[in-house]
Amino acid sequence: MNLAIQTQHLSRTYKLRNAKNSRTKELVALQDVCLEVHPGELFGLLGPNGAGKTTLIKILTTLLAPTSGKALVCGYDVVKEASKIRPIINMVSGGESSGYGLLTVRENLWMFAQFYGLSSKEANRRIAELLEVVGLSDRINTKSSDLSTGLRQKMNIVRGFLTDPQVLFLDEPTLGLDVGAARDVRRFIRNWLNQHPERTILLTTHYMAEAEELCDRVAIINQGRVLACDTPASLKHKLQREAIYHLEVTSSSILYSEHFKEIQGVRKFSFRPRDGYAVLDLILDQDETLAAVVNTLTAHQVRIINLQKREPSLEEVFIDLVGKSIEEVESGRNGSGHSES
Amino acid sequence: MHTSQISPFLAFWRSFRLATWLGWQIESNWADPFLFTVYSLIKPISSAAILVVMYSVITRADFTAPIFPYIYLGNAFYMYVGQVMTGISWAVIDDREHYKTMKYIYTAPVHFPAYLLGRGVARFIIASISVLVTIVFGVLFLEINIEVTQVNWAFFLITLFTGVVMLALMGLTLAGVMLLLVHHMFGVGEAVAGALYLFSGAIFPLEVLPSFLRPIGFLMPITYWLELLRRLLVGDVASSFPTLQTLTNVQLYFILVVLTVFFAAFSILTFRACENRARELGLIDTVTNY
Ligand SMILES: Nc1ncnc2c1ncn2[C@@H]1O[C@H](COP(=O)(O)OP(=O)(O)OP(=O)(O)O)[C@@H](O)[C@H]1O
Ligand SMILES: [Mg+2]
Repeated sequence: MNLAIQTQHLSRTYKLRNAKNSRTKELVALQDVCLEVHPGELFGLLGPNGAGKTTLIKILTTLLAPTSGKALVCGYDVVKEASKIRPIINMVSGGESSGYGLLTVRENLWMFAQFYGLSSKEANRRIAELLEVVGLSDRINTKSSDLSTGLRQKMNIVRGFLTDPQVLFLDEPTLGLDVGAARDVRRFIRNWLNQHPERTILLTTHYMAEAEELCDRVAIINQGRVLACDTPASLKHKLQREAIYHLEVTSSSILYSEHFKEIQGVRKFSFRPRDGYAVLDLILDQDETLAAVVNTLTAHQVRIINLQKREPSLEEVFIDLVGKSIEEVESGRNGSGHSES
Repeated sequence: MHTSQISPFLAFWRSFRLATWLGWQIESNWADPFLFTVYSLIKPISSAAILVVMYSVITRADFTAPIFPYIYLGNAFYMYVGQVMTGISWAVIDDREHYKTMKYIYTAPVHFPAYLLGRGVARFIIASISVLVTIVFGVLFLEINIEVTQVNWAFFLITLFTGVVMLALMGLTLAGVMLLLVHHMFGVGEAVAGALYLFSGAIFPLEVLPSFLRPIGFLMPITYWLELLRRLLVGDVASSFPTLQTLTNVQLYFILVVLTVFFAAFSILTFRACENRARELGLIDTVTNY
């Protein structure tokens, strides 16, 4: 049986033109990505802003050409056989409000269903059914310009599922939704896949919990590279033997990251000052090492406000792989990108 | 499983039909019928009026001269050029930047050129109303003499249709270019139409142009199209525009078809090249935030 998605040494660079001196820089958005997603999987791409998640989805949905390497969807090449891929996929991007504002919700969805060759009758049946599930039934005849951003996103999600795609690409589907709506959407995604076990979903997110809750397998991606790819359980299992601690401590002007590097037995850590205090995530070889950490803290007049021993989560898996928390990666980069010229 | 491929013809027709429907919803979405009237009726008449005033100043109001219907009709039919080209090429900007639906359209099993051509149909219909109103106005008030029973309407409609296909293909070329423009410009379609206006023999014969510019006019199918439309309506007053005097109507039509076929090949190749380039550069769904 064909893989639903396969990439082989897939890379993508963007040429950036510098406005000042008209020299071009190359920005590597994806580098040597090799992934295999099986039919029936709900596969997650997890990574911080700018990791390359959207770039990968654009390539797989035939919007963007790869710079090198190969990508196949249902066995078809995204470059050479795009027209064979398009009828059997669909895509939804979160955090944007797309749609023809002057058409009603039903008309918007009907038109897209028509592009995929659904009969009007079948389309209307599915539209009614899906709108019911996402709680948008009462808005079926509302012009989509009159919907709030969140409701328009729900309409967009319905558009993605409407054509019953073999492979569905969801780029941060819950971005911008409130907590309740996001939970509904996650439940809907999971249910859909349970009801259609031969369908495949590739979902991107930078919410660890979302990936952990939803996905059968997760690829952790940072700076265009896939760092790990496995089930959430196995990813965490690799950390099972280590001791994971989450501390909140008083801030200090004389305590730096360097101090933790020197402690033997600290495998990975993330130290992030906050307003008036600091957060310290530790992955230690063994529990005993904590004593040395506490000593270092006391030596710098730092008091512990809160200390927790944690079960490993994808949060710690990321720290273990990258050496920083996802939060640090996102705040430290300021969108400058990881350029190589 | 619905992996079966549909025939290219069906894909073309489906995309064209839906895009026509969508384009009509967008274009006819006039909150105010008054604005619609102004746009499609009063604007073309007033621009014709400007032409008439200029003409009457230059010729001391000699509306009976055979050159007048030529200028008047040339100007009227030329409205199609801007409208059809704009309708098709503007869909790229509209979907990409305004509705943000371009990526969903593009990744759907849509015949992309057919989709864009369909998006231009509504503008074609509105332009047809404008052209008709302008001509009726000329017949009623400016002594433009169209012998309704003498006109070969079948030939006229075929010529009109051929020309619109030709304009649509030019619009498609422009749409391809729009795909590659990151800093897009407003009214590119109108601008191109404006630039070609002088070379098309719409309001003055090509002989007026400096000789090194004339070949542009002779290479443009629009030139032959306008000439033929006018002749079919007002008969042989071609002596007023000496340019194509020696050619018969059938010869004119033949040249129009040959040039249209040539432009068709050119525009489809150009469009596909632009589309591939846009995909390489990641511009298909780019938003420039104008
Ligand atoms: N059209 C473009 N031109 C130039 N650079 C781009 C373009 N699109 C993306 N990039 C860059 O490529 C890198 C990867 O971007 P991408 O959008 O794939 O990240 P992402 O993982 O989806 O991030 P986010 O979580 O913010 O959506 C980023 O550094 C981004 O700035
Ligand atoms: Mg993204």
